[in-house]
Amino acid sequence: MAIQILPAGAPASTRTRIVGLRCRGCGRAEPIGLSYVCPGCFGPLEVAYDYQVVARSLTRAAIATRPPGIWRYLELLPVEATPARGLPVGSTPLLAADRLAPTLGLDRLWIKDDTRNPSLSFKDRAVAVAAARAVEFGVEALACASTGNLAGATAAAAAAVGLPSYVFIPADLETAKVDHALAYGATVVPIEGTYDDVNRLCLEIADETGWGFVNINLRPFYAEGSKTLAYEIAESLGWRSPDVIVGPVASGAMFTRIARGFEELAELGLIERRPIRFVGGQAAGCAPVATAWSAGTDVIEPVRTPDTIVRSLAIGNPADGRYVVNLANETHGSVEAIEDHVTAAAIRDVARLEGIYPETAGGVTLAAAAAAHRRGVIRPGDEVVALLTGNGLKTPDARTLGADDGAARPGRPGLAPVIRPSLAAFERWLGGVA
Amino acid sequence: MSIVRIPPTLRTSTGGAKQVAITGGTVREVVAGLVAAYPALGSQLLAGDGELNRFVNAFLNDTDVRHLQALDTPVTEADTLLLLPAMAGG
Repeated sequence: MAIQILPAGAPASTRTRIVGLRCRGCGRAEPIGLSYVCPGCFGPLEVAYDYQVVARSLTRAAIATRPPGIWRYLELLPVEATPARGLPVGSTPLLAADRLAPTLGLDRLWIKDDTRNPSLSFKDRAVAVAAARAVEFGVEALACASTGNLAGATAAAAAAVGLPSYVFIPADLETAKVDHALAYGATVVPIEGTYDDVNRLCLEIADETGWGFVNINLRPFYAEGSKTLAYEIAESLGWRSPDVIVGPVASGAMFTRIARGFEELAELGLIERRPIRFVGGQAAGCAPVATAWSAGTDVIEPVRTPDTIVRSLAIGNPADGRYVVNLANETHGSVEAIEDHVTAAAIRDVARLEGIYPETAGGVTLAAAAAAHRRGVIRPGDEVVALLTGNGLKTPDARTLGADDGAARPGRPGLAPVIRPSLAAFERWLGGVA
Repeated sequence: MSIVRIPPTLRTSTGGAKQVAITGGTVREVVAGLVAAYPALGSQLLAGDGELNRFVNAFLNDTDVRHLQALDTPVTEADTLLLLPAMAGG
């Protein structure tokens, strides 16, 4: 996916960094605004940059002097200046997962720990950018259609910038995610049906409300936020790329934008251009992209009724699915479908071995890394970065799927029985488990 | 005649109409009738082969027509067709 460098017309010194919006389908140019669909061909609009202008100020040395967070890469984000208000998002750690790696068959594994953003998922990156533009556009409220993580991110960002928020979710979403959004002061609107039903309704109402739907009419800006995962990984590795990126695939927007992020860095000379294999993970109970990839087609057959504990990836009709298939194929990666009990076991393993507790999408990602290793896509000696994009506290029931009762037993940690607060009771208990 | 709901993005091509009534026995015929009535919609909705372009999702009574019989899904006068941009992600 080569990025387009505009033909050199005026000297870079007189041009603007953000050129406007451009249609991904037909290339038509549109002005920056609360628009997301090409009036010509109905294709999605994306932000276009003048990379010669970007390159004037975005250097490794300049970035090193800037504070942590996504705005240290400001020139590659579609806002004019660092927003005055907003949450501290990004600059999450890249952690060596030496204890987990061998259990997945991997030699070198890094975990990009995005479980620790302000609202506990990577969605804070996308929403920070969308919220900054929403404030400029003067919307009356922030809104979203969410599988859960976006609900919390939108509600938190709205609180931080001082806007009301409206969050539309499938009615049977995990309680922890609903409570999370409510805590930030959102109006939460449960919708009967699947995420795709929620999304369809929001697409129909977005332009009628005066609200900024972060993942609909603010989508060109929202989508750009995910690129910061690539920038941070490259910077954490000492300005280079890994051999393999493994990440979850729901709509496919984050997955494909990470690839674009690395492409931009190479184009700007901030990293050396090296091949990266992209491995995606989906839940087997809602795997339209993995199914298409396995079948050797980029035509995505939508899944009508997702059946999985991995609610954050339960999008049956993923808009960027074909781009994910093409990215996996072009980079010699893969798209893996993971059964729920395997996902749950992966969550337990990474928490137990690395002290990182991801939500279900993280379990899918780690299991996808193991599956790609078994498939030969990940090879001996490869340096692998796995994206853990949300926090396990959001999906507390998932961890125990397929596990036993979790009670502490001799030689094994777990939940001990209630004991009286006496030394004798403690010693009796310890004698039983030691 | 079936009702077709028009999203804001397409309303410049329908003279601002939010919904229009179109005659047709299948989704394909209703879309064809819509484009005949508002020719500017042709470039927005249709691919070169006459199929819906890949950026358009069609819903009959709120069900994605790909879960039905796609463009060959029968349409009655009681039905409502909704055309939306293909976009999802939460």
